[in-house]
Amino acid sequence: MDLILLAISAIFVNNILLAQYLGNCPFMGVSKKLSTSLGMGVAVIFVATLASIFTWLVYYYILVPLELKYIQTLIFILIIASLVQFVEIFLKRFSKGLYNALGIYLPLITTNCAVMGIALLNIKHEFGFWEMVVFSISSAAGFTLAILLFASIRERLFISHVPQFMRGSAIALVTAGIMSLSFMGFCGMVN
Amino acid sequence: MLTPILVMSGIGTIAAIGLGIAGKIFYVDEDPRIKHVLDLLPGANCGGCGFAGCSACAEALVEGSAPASICVVGGAETAGEIAGYLGLGDVNIEPQMATPDCKGGSRAIKKYTYSGFDDCRAAMQYYRGPIECDHGCIGLGTCVKACKFGAIEMGHEGLPVFDPDRCVGCGECVRACPKGIISVISEKTKILHWNQYTECLAPCRQKCPAQINIPKYIKFIREGKYTEALLTIKERNPLPLVCGRVCPEPCALACRRSIEDEPVAINYLKRFVADWEMEQGTRLPIPISPSTGYRVAIVGGGPAGLTAAYFLRRLGHEVEIFELKPKLGGMLRYGIPEYRLPKKILDWEIQGILDLGVKVTTTVEFGKDFTLELLKAEGFQSVILAVGAWSEHQLKIEGDHLEGVYSGINFLEQFHGDSLPPVGKRVVVIGGGNTAMDAARSSLRLGSEKVTIVYRRSRDEMPANPAEIVAAEEENIEFAFLSAPNRILGDSGKVTSLEVLAMKLGESDKDGRRRPVVIEGSERIIECDTIIQAIGQFPDLKFNHGPMKLELPETRWHTIDAEETTLQTDIPDIFTAGDCFTGPGLAVEAIAAGRYVARSVHYHMTEGEIPPIYDQQKDFIYGSLHESILGVHSTPKIHESVICLEDRLGTFLEVEGTINEQDALNESKRCLDCGVYCYSEDPPELQQVSQVGIAEIKVSQN
Repeated sequence: MDLILLAISAIFVNNILLAQYLGNCPFMGVSKKLSTSLGMGVAVIFVATLASIFTWLVYYYILVPLELKYIQTLIFILIIASLVQFVEIFLKRFSKGLYNALGIYLPLITTNCAVMGIALLNIKHEFGFWEMVVFSISSAAGFTLAILLFASIRERLFISHVPQFMRGSAIALVTAGIMSLSFMGFCGMVN
Repeated sequence: MLTPILVMSGIGTIAAIGLGIAGKIFYVDEDPRIKHVLDLLPGANCGGCGFAGCSACAEALVEGSAPASICVVGGAETAGEIAGYLGLGDVNIEPQMATPDCKGGSRAIKKYTYSGFDDCRAAMQYYRGPIECDHGCIGLGTCVKACKFGAIEMGHEGLPVFDPDRCVGCGECVRACPKGIISVISEKTKILHWNQYTECLAPCRQKCPAQINIPKYIKFIREGKYTEALLTIKERNPLPLVCGRVCPEPCALACRRSIEDEPVAINYLKRFVADWEMEQGTRLPIPISPSTGYRVAIVGGGPAGLTAAYFLRRLGHEVEIFELKPKLGGMLRYGIPEYRLPKKILDWEIQGILDLGVKVTTTVEFGKDFTLELLKAEGFQSVILAVGAWSEHQLKIEGDHLEGVYSGINFLEQFHGDSLPPVGKRVVVIGGGNTAMDAARSSLRLGSEKVTIVYRRSRDEMPANPAEIVAAEEENIEFAFLSAPNRILGDSGKVTSLEVLAMKLGESDKDGRRRPVVIEGSERIIECDTIIQAIGQFPDLKFNHGPMKLELPETRWHTIDAEETTLQTDIPDIFTAGDCFTGPGLAVEAIAAGRYVARSVHYHMTEGEIPPIYDQQKDFIYGSLHESILGVHSTPKIHESVICLEDRLGTFLEVEGTINEQDALNESKRCLDCGVYCYSEDPPELQQVSQVGIAEIKVSQN
């Protein structure tokens, strides 16, 4: 029950994008088309889950015993970057289909702060292993949900009459802000 | 202090070693050629090829799953480099360019205001576009924004204008346009295309059997671009010099202008640009696709055969025409007299087709001098039978064997023999078709004093071109309507007179023509010494029954039976076209059939099956003819100069002249440049003049 609550809270209430505002660069950059944002979302779910597991293990089995908690950010960056590279090499060899589907999004995620954010939040909330797994998947799913909604809106925005000075990122950021406000409405769902 | 450094470098080292090992273990052998090909590509990442970016395209190229010509931006040069690098040999590259299919623009949408939109797709989502016209351009310029090469801008008519130098044919605009009015087309697709109901077709375009884009070439003439105008015609019709002289203009019957005054003189304009090319003395270059290696034999060098040869050659096939007569041209040469179509002009036009690389063998008869087996053995994949309709129906009446009785085509053919056909002083021509008119008018030129045309129905039912009937009347040829020949009377083996019976028109038959009925006891005698019968023709299909044993099925009109939608006969490699399939028809219909059969043969040889034409336009599109055309005021049609009556008798000088440039420009301005529903109104100042004129007339009447 706790795990389900945790999932709902991660997807809706504490949405990584709209409540915490992490992962803003792909949110703006890859949200012009529904199809590409779906690709990005799936790639984030995949990588965020893997990265969280690795960072969680490294944190609790290497950094905590050695009392090196303070360099977790540096270590996590290192781990996520090499993990993404590894996954890319691995997929290219063994799963050409998945590799082609994730395509250019995999290397992009190396610098995705949402992934890093999820890894750090896992530690901050002092999650156990399964809590961590559920939280990571749900947070990434929340990212996917937000970017898909946003892409749908932007497809409409593209063909709408927008004043010249508001076109492009400006109107996109305003829209994202309004989306954030509406996601605040989920606050009452879970205490 | 040491521990964190050690841990950091430890984890870093482990990650590096892990990645290094993974790189070795999971190494994927990537073709080094991909990188090289990627360097050859222009790197525009436009997606015009259908792949996600240039690198994906390079991979597909190396794998062989994409043709060397796939990159639309690089064009022929890049395709050549890639093909050279990958060792693909010759590349089949055709330049492609986007063209808009809407002619309406601002004039079609002015009733609707798209408030608050700056994108066609948004307008479509709310209003579905202009309600009046399903075809038209919305004109908000979404294609302009979609173009990555800056090749499109919105013209003053509210229609996109394409810059041919910048357009690479990537198709982005086609995908952006919600109305589907932009198409990226190559020369090949233009040849293979047939009118569809979904297109914006002006009334004249719907009626032209050859489907020439008439408003487009008239527009080019208006702008003084004669080269473009002629090339527009030649996309559909390789014989503009011929058609400009002999075509009865089915298109003009549908001209929307005739609601206000008279139809545009479409054929004079066609003749003007065609003659313009001939007077220049240099032929316009006609684009030809690279060779495909397929070979087609065409039996018969008439309009259908020549047209099929022209288009198949342009599609890159090797074509050879086999002709029974000593010269090419078929009925155009042997059936149409010199005064309507000078043979020098016909020769020039045919030479233009042959110059494309069409081979010819003349004076050979199918079934006798060469057979189907021989053609197959020589490596011809397909055969087109376009033998025309050369056999003539004969009157089976008393005295038909007498000296002085000829048949029409045979009579006209004798002009190409050693001596002119002998005609007497008083000639009777039996029949009401074009052959009858030609025979009658030719007899007059050979020195006959009186020529009478005997026809069993009335003038309204005559199948001849209206212009021909008028010309015959001008030349004082006598018409005996509602008269049927009963017997030919002779004296010592020679014709002296024809006895005819008066007829009256009875019930309509199933074609809608009223059947003539004999009035008993109404015999009368027409004195004459020559009788030419021109009462109809049918194909001569001797080869079908001869030793060759082709045994193709025939219809009850003695024409070859074939699949109507493909013109393919029961023997899959044999096709047919023109008069031998339809029975005697217009030259422009044979030209249309030539292109139609070329399409079928092309698909049959290259793809094995002939795709059906989706939504093919056959009937007139409902609602495309208006009851009134507001905003257009009457201007008279230009008339061609004709030589005077004295010059016509005794000589075979061409009767009609070509209009001059100024007249052509004026006449082209009469074209309303119609779309399927919309048309160009006159400029406001002209309209005012016209209305003032009407007001004055009303005042004066009061």
